[in-house]
Amino acid sequence: MKFINTMKITIPAKSRNEALARSCIGAFAAQADPTVEEMSDLRSAVSEAVTNSIVHGYKDGSGDIVITLKLTEENCIYIKISDKGCGIEDVEKAMEPLYSTASEGERAGLGFTVMEAFTDDLRVRSKVGKGTTVTMKKQLTGRYE
Amino acid sequence: MTVEMIGGEEHITAVLCGELDHHTAAAARELIDARLERCTPKLCIIDMAGVTFMDSSGIGLLLGRQRVMEMYGGKVRVKNPSRHAEKIIKLAGLQSMIIPEKCKV
Repeated sequence: MKFINTMKITIPAKSRNEALARSCIGAFAAQADPTVEEMSDLRSAVSEAVTNSIVHGYKDGSGDIVITLKLTEENCIYIKISDKGCGIEDVEKAMEPLYSTASEGERAGLGFTVMEAFTDDLRVRSKVGKGTTVTMKKQLTGRYE
Repeated sequence: MTVEMIGGEEHITAVLCGELDHHTAAAARELIDARLERCTPKLCIIDMAGVTFMDSSGIGLLLGRQRVMEMYGGKVRVKNPSRHAEKIIKLAGLQSMIIPEKCKV
């Protein structure tokens, strides 16, 4: 697979950076000429993954979130969001709709559901005590002819 | 995100403007709940016409207000969600909360 562009950013796990992460995917995806709907989908999916890292991964402390974005010649976007937080004990359970371990802050338990619904492929790798990596892929229609 | 509260007694409308995410939902929640506690209305309308972004934190906000309103024997309804916000609300199975275009309160 040939990537025509890549971008990697590291941000501290602070909630104010949820908006910053969305701006980054928006700016990166713009070169692929996505539809308004595709752009909203990408922004939401990234927002959910970054929020998960902040709320769950680093719930007991602070750390960095690394976002890697890649664009292929075929207008497909690959998104990787990694943290070195506490990890997820049971990934399958965590991905069930409405399941949330957050005791405060009114989390709906829909983060992975949104990521799954708004992208074409979602993979979650996690190791307790080591961290979590979420990878997503979305094929954009593109308006190039 | 800004929150403007309109009305009192019977029903209250919370007009949200800006991006609704985990970071901004906390302040919105506090503002809305403070007013709900004071007025204990029967209906709380969340007007989303000015919401330019929403993720599942918006669902958390709706479900949380629903719980608060149930204590007062009231309910929560959503007005003017964008196409994208509506998509997330439907994904959460909360479409019955949306006030249809034709019968706005």
